[in-house]
Amino acid sequence: MRSGSIQTVHARGSVRPARKLGACGWSWTVLSMVAGVCLGWAAWSGSSVHAGEEKPSVESMDYASPLEVLLSPDGARLYVLCQQSEEIRVLDATKYAVIKTIAVGRVPRGFSLSPDGARLFVTNSWDDTLSVIDTNSLSVVDTWPVGAEPSSVVEDRAGKKLFVANRISNDVAVLDAETGAEQKRLLAGRGASYMALSPDGTKLYATHVYPNPSRVRTGLENRTAPESEITVIDVARAVVVDRMALHQIAGVFHVAFSADGRLGAVAQYHPKNTVPLAHLEHGGAFEDTLTVFGADVGKPVEVPLDELERYASQPFGVVISSDKSRMYVTSSGSESVIVIDVARLVRTIHAHPASFVQDLSASANYVVARIGVGLNPRGLALTGDGRRLFVANRLDDTISVIDTAGNRVVTSIKLDGPKRISPLRHGEQTFYSARQSFQGQIACATCHIDSTFDGMTWDLEPDGFGRDIVDNRLIEDLIDTDPFKWTGTNPNIPTECGPRTEKYFWRSEQWDNLTLTDVTLYMRSLPPRPSRWKLRGYELTAAQERGKAIFERNVDKFHNPIGEFNRCIYCHNGLKGTRQQSFDVGTGKETDNTGVFDTPQLSNIALTAPYLHDGSARTLEEIWTVFNPKDQHGRTNDLTKDELNDLIEYLRTR
Amino acid sequence: MKKPICAELRNALLAGLLALLAGTVGMAAAPQMPRYRFENFTTANGLPNDHVYAVLVDGSRLWAGTEDGLAVYENHAWKTYTTRDGLAHRAVLSLALDQRTGDVWAGTMAGLSRISGGRIDSFTQLNSGLSNDVVYGVSVEGENVWVATAAGGCRLNLRTGQWSLYNERNTPMNEIWAYSVSATPTKVYYAVWGSGLLEYDQKTGRWDKYDDPDGENEIVLFKDQGLIHEIVTSVSYVDNILWAATYFGDSRYDGRYWHNFLTKDSGLPSNFTNQVKGVDAKRAWFCTDKGLAYYDGVNWAVYRSSLQDGRPEMTVRDEAGKVTAVPVSTAPAHNYVLGIDFQGDDIWVATAKGLSHGIRQHP
Repeated sequence: MRSGSIQTVHARGSVRPARKLGACGWSWTVLSMVAGVCLGWAAWSGSSVHAGEEKPSVESMDYASPLEVLLSPDGARLYVLCQQSEEIRVLDATKYAVIKTIAVGRVPRGFSLSPDGARLFVTNSWDDTLSVIDTNSLSVVDTWPVGAEPSSVVEDRAGKKLFVANRISNDVAVLDAETGAEQKRLLAGRGASYMALSPDGTKLYATHVYPNPSRVRTGLENRTAPESEITVIDVARAVVVDRMALHQIAGVFHVAFSADGRLGAVAQYHPKNTVPLAHLEHGGAFEDTLTVFGADVGKPVEVPLDELERYASQPFGVVISSDKSRMYVTSSGSESVIVIDVARLVRTIHAHPASFVQDLSASANYVVARIGVGLNPRGLALTGDGRRLFVANRLDDTISVIDTAGNRVVTSIKLDGPKRISPLRHGEQTFYSARQSFQGQIACATCHIDSTFDGMTWDLEPDGFGRDIVDNRLIEDLIDTDPFKWTGTNPNIPTECGPRTEKYFWRSEQWDNLTLTDVTLYMRSLPPRPSRWKLRGYELTAAQERGKAIFERNVDKFHNPIGEFNRCIYCHNGLKGTRQQSFDVGTGKETDNTGVFDTPQLSNIALTAPYLHDGSARTLEEIWTVFNPKDQHGRTNDLTKDELNDLIEYLRTR
Repeated sequence: MKKPICAELRNALLAGLLALLAGTVGMAAAPQMPRYRFENFTTANGLPNDHVYAVLVDGSRLWAGTEDGLAVYENHAWKTYTTRDGLAHRAVLSLALDQRTGDVWAGTMAGLSRISGGRIDSFTQLNSGLSNDVVYGVSVEGENVWVATAAGGCRLNLRTGQWSLYNERNTPMNEIWAYSVSATPTKVYYAVWGSGLLEYDQKTGRWDKYDDPDGENEIVLFKDQGLIHEIVTSVSYVDNILWAATYFGDSRYDGRYWHNFLTKDSGLPSNFTNQVKGVDAKRAWFCTDKGLAYYDGVNWAVYRSSLQDGRPEMTVRDEAGKVTAVPVSTAPAHNYVLGIDFQGDDIWVATAKGLSHGIRQHP
């Protein structure tokens, strides 16, 4: 997705650069727009584009999509990580003129400077590499392979080690800072993504965006409150020395410290997934909170950012001014920056030793301003003197410059890119915005973090409390996977995301038809991430080959024919691994209104635990070792343990 | 002819000198073997249970796998992890340290647990690719965790998450009751109950097997002919030397020659050995049902409570087979010894009735 290129979405949904926007580029763009409208209509009308057809994407606009910003140590330069155009734009931090644009790898997600500012490290989340940029020449001098979906990077103060948080492999890799050679990987939280060094450089704090797997089965089985952590790493020894527990937290993003190291804060979601999601008006499905920790507050404390009618949907970036007077948090769903008076926050915490996280009036004690910025604000950077705050507005290609004295946006830096908002872009903007929901509480992206999933189960439908508990599914690679909803009762995305959702989630005005069409376009455009379990060239390992044979077999180990409906490949057929029909595979519970469930697609199935319609299988193994006693979910009880392992190795390649 | 008097005197002196020398040799002190003062831990001073199946030294920390949880001793205080913390089962049978990351792996009666920065993740035969929930042995090498279970061996690749199972279908393991595993960058060895020793070559990916040449007979036809017995309980591969323990004696293999140890021809206090742990190519510790034994390549030392009167004793057996008692005032907590690990010059000993810290005593 280089600048000036367009994409072709293939039948399997992979995205590749197709051609540069040259002399005929605009005609392609027009064609794409036409195709977009057509596909939008197709989606709206419930028809689908069949697998195997090569087709142009619904649109091909190359937006910059600034995700993170960073100031050089001398404050002269502003580095902007542009995720969609896959480049780093270097701006003069005073005049905001572009100094240089540097192409990096696929879908960059995080970046940081070396302590001396001489090198800029960029994690490229889709090609699993790290770009090393010489900030003198402003060019990429090295590209190092790293772990699966690298999402942020930090160098230690000594310049000896690089730490890279890998979202898919759930770890923090330790690299030699000179050579890029990986030394080891440290177990982090699920979806490890963001990191910050303590001001003294001795500890590294890492967060993660999906809750950790439930460790112990409870009486509620699949209905476990999420547990997250802040992974604390001793930098010198490069070992995990602590895991700060974050109870009932799922979705933890940036972490920041005060200059004196006495106060830390993380931005996070606090979902309420163990109660029926029926009353947004009673505090909603989520609280948007911070956990603050450090000597200033004693034990870690969760504090709310929400206020009645003014929710802080999807808190993401956080920064603390060097004089510790202010803390700034981006609320990416509410399109605002929250300004916190740190002294008042600390006083409030000390004055209320009991938890006040559910108190929607509490934030008035320390939130002193909510500044409207651009669409989907994410990363932020504060100048050394604390007078200007830069905010990356991912979905309108701007950088808001906030005068912190007046708490107002004084400049909006427009990044080069398409001026027109394409239907697809509009769909994405809608997907990430909480404006439409009741009191602005949630957006689609609240549960589908970065357009994926959230790793949790919910009691969603207005079908009775405790009925039809459902696992939240990955929304990549959706084309040719209809119908939707676990019961398969929604024939297409517009139905899934249309009036039903609006009535249930939003409790307010519905999207108009064009907006719904654009959201549908956006969701249908989401390709699957590259599988990390496939070998180069897509050949299979021996174990994967054996697993494939089991997946496709029609005779069991005792030479008995396996009935058509009891073969893996019957229900999970085709490129996506779904027949697009519902079946009873014996997994229905007493709490379910039906035992017949939609066949989920298998795209990137390895990433999406828990499994089954209600998330009761914590791992792929449990689908068969626990929940298939009568072979209704495929003939598997004749398999040995190693054969089941082979089957799972194959499934992980899908 | 009469001998000159000076010659008689010379001969007398020489004879006296020889006699003195001989006397000195005859009364020579026992070989200098390490001496310890044992401090014992039981439920009375912090252990969750006196049955200690495994012990692991982790820098200044000490981990003890007990029948009722995983205990860690740090800063003179015990803390116990239980199933409530996510431990797979209360009975912890084996322990291994990932030297690179500091993570501890615990094999239990109902799964394998990973303890990392205080967080415990457990793998079972139901929720993962683990071959069996009874985990007798665990060993970490590079990116791989090797596991010995009641249904064969398995390997978890920490990089890919892939489980590979080793059993009668893909190795020469004709019994699948794997008791112990020792993994190194070059070779991985499994001690298998009733199936000898299995060797995995990391480079070629091939398996080899070492059996008792006398089969399952409880006899030894020829000394040092091969592995001492098929029922192998423990294996330790150090400095290219293989140490193997069985319930019927122990073995050392240097890649060419076997050397076996039995009570009748060595300083072993019992042929029933629960664990062997090599220090290097020459030295090893043997945990038996009748005390703890140390072999320095020539001499043996045994640390235990006297089988006669229960008093602490240390005996040293020299190369010639002479056994000398060394006066001591402490002994390991119990003679049924299950495991050992090293902390500098000190040793930690897991026994059936407590954990012992052997504090090295220097002359």
